[in-house]
Amino acid sequence: MKIAIASGKGGTGKTFVATNLFQVLRESGLEILLVDCDAEAPNALAFFDSRQTDCIEVKQQVPVIDPDKCTFCGKCHEYCAYNAIFMISSLEVIKVMDDLCHACGACLYACDERAITEKPVVLGHVSSHTLNEKISLVEARTRVGVMTPVPVIKAAIKTLDKQADIVIFDAPPGTSCPFIHTVAAAGYVVLVTEPTPFGLSDLKRSVETLKQMGKPFGVIVNRAGIGNNEVYQYLNTEGIDLLLEIPFDKKIARICSNSEMVVDHNPALKQQLLDLGQKITDKHGIGHHQR
Amino acid sequence: MELAIISGKGGTGKSSIAAAFATMGSEVILADCDVDASNLYLLFNPEHEEEETFTGSYKAVIDYDMCSLCGQCIPVCRFDAITAESDRIIISETACDGCFLCSRICPEQAITMQKNDQSRMYTGKFRNGRMVYGWLAPGEENSGKLVNLIREKVKKLTKQNESSHIIIDGPPGTGCPVISTITGTDKVLLVTEPGVSGLSDLKRAVELVQGFNYPAMVLINKHDLNPEMTDRIEAFCRGADVPVIGKLSFDPQITEAMLNCRSIVEWKPESKTCKELSRIWNNIIEL
Repeated sequence: MKIAIASGKGGTGKTFVATNLFQVLRESGLEILLVDCDAEAPNALAFFDSRQTDCIEVKQQVPVIDPDKCTFCGKCHEYCAYNAIFMISSLEVIKVMDDLCHACGACLYACDERAITEKPVVLGHVSSHTLNEKISLVEARTRVGVMTPVPVIKAAIKTLDKQADIVIFDAPPGTSCPFIHTVAAAGYVVLVTEPTPFGLSDLKRSVETLKQMGKPFGVIVNRAGIGNNEVYQYLNTEGIDLLLEIPFDKKIARICSNSEMVVDHNPALKQQLLDLGQKITDKHGIGHHQR
Repeated sequence: MELAIISGKGGTGKSSIAAAFATMGSEVILADCDVDASNLYLLFNPEHEEEETFTGSYKAVIDYDMCSLCGQCIPVCRFDAITAESDRIIISETACDGCFLCSRICPEQAITMQKNDQSRMYTGKFRNGRMVYGWLAPGEENSGKLVNLIREKVKKLTKQNESSHIIIDGPPGTGCPVISTITGTDKVLLVTEPGVSGLSDLKRAVELVQGFNYPAMVLINKHDLNPEMTDRIEAFCRGADVPVIGKLSFDPQITEAMLNCRSIVEWKPESKTCKELSRIWNNIIEL
């Protein structure tokens, strides 16, 4: 089964939960794959002493317009839904803005003169990594300055090894396209929040989005104790599963900031995450392997 | 002066710091460009003067009465959004990118494009000036466009009051909405926290800002939580020629202020954190 670890607000502890959940489930003997889908700020790999086994370039086909064949009819400009084709027909100027292009191919259909061909542009990389002999970690990483991480995230999800018992996605923050594409591939979503007004406001947005998508989900309250009780009242009123509370602890913050595993130092959290993994897989199925 | 505050990594304290700068004294124009997690309005409860609809992306929708099941739309879709089931064609709302191509090539004209107009932009007064903020509908991808709209609105407001400083709270990451946030600003402040993740994301953010040739500066928040990592961040900044303009200690009073719908400057003006923030703010203005 596939579990996405997500949050509306950034910095609530997604990567902390994803990496530590991965570690405890792996130690329990399951085949686990951790996929870092936070392609604009990928950090999960730093938590492990892994070896890269593969790296693919994620490319997008961007149009190239041959000015000798172009009649400046403007049809490609009209077909482009992303304003990626700039044209001043009176001056016979036409230009493709690579950064705005979504590689939909509409301009190719628009052009009656066969003046448009395509060239590949690298958006980022999907790399695979191993901790023993099997691939255990996959990272989606966009090149800095690339407009959207979505194609790289989609490419990472496509590479998934079907042999894994459980796949954990470390999702990008927010509720926009990158988040949607990640959670759409998951069977269950764990939302990580913190008990503050900012945390709650962003949590509500994530919950609304997941409800619209019909995704089952539950909530982890991280850094419990730093704010107020409003998040608990909200979860209670909405009938949302409170999966786990992780108290605020400077020690946890410190271990995490060094990219080390908190579960190696904190047996209570280790047991709680193990129970959480069990609860989710019991309730929502375990995918290809029947156990 | 127009200052953009970004971070790469989320949760480093951008919004709390933006709120502090916004309440330092003279009136400001505050823009919340973290449009899929805008939070500053929670602190400042602005009095709405204007609400504008932002039309974001489009989604393809099939009229099954008109569809002849010819299947021509399936191979043209590069987003793998269209699939054939036994008796009908399905377009995935999640996968559809809104490129219009299927609707243009459908011989039966059975596909129409429906726009998502749930996103909003608000302008209003708050207790220390004006603020503009966006609310992006879930699943939207045009957050950069909404950020541009906010920035344009800010420009209009600036014409009415040219002396005001502009403070922009940006989104995390390094993508389109971040680029739209920093484009054309005078100064970019990168807020980081001491950690392997914080540093890694900071490096990406610095690369982005320097790629556009904007002057960047760094504020290390919660520096005392990991002094060794703070040293590493400072070493990186020296190497990258980015000034570290200040460091803030971990301070639970910042959360306390948030719980009381105040900035730290309003909540504990005499605190050590505020004195440091005030020094940093003055430095930013002068730099």
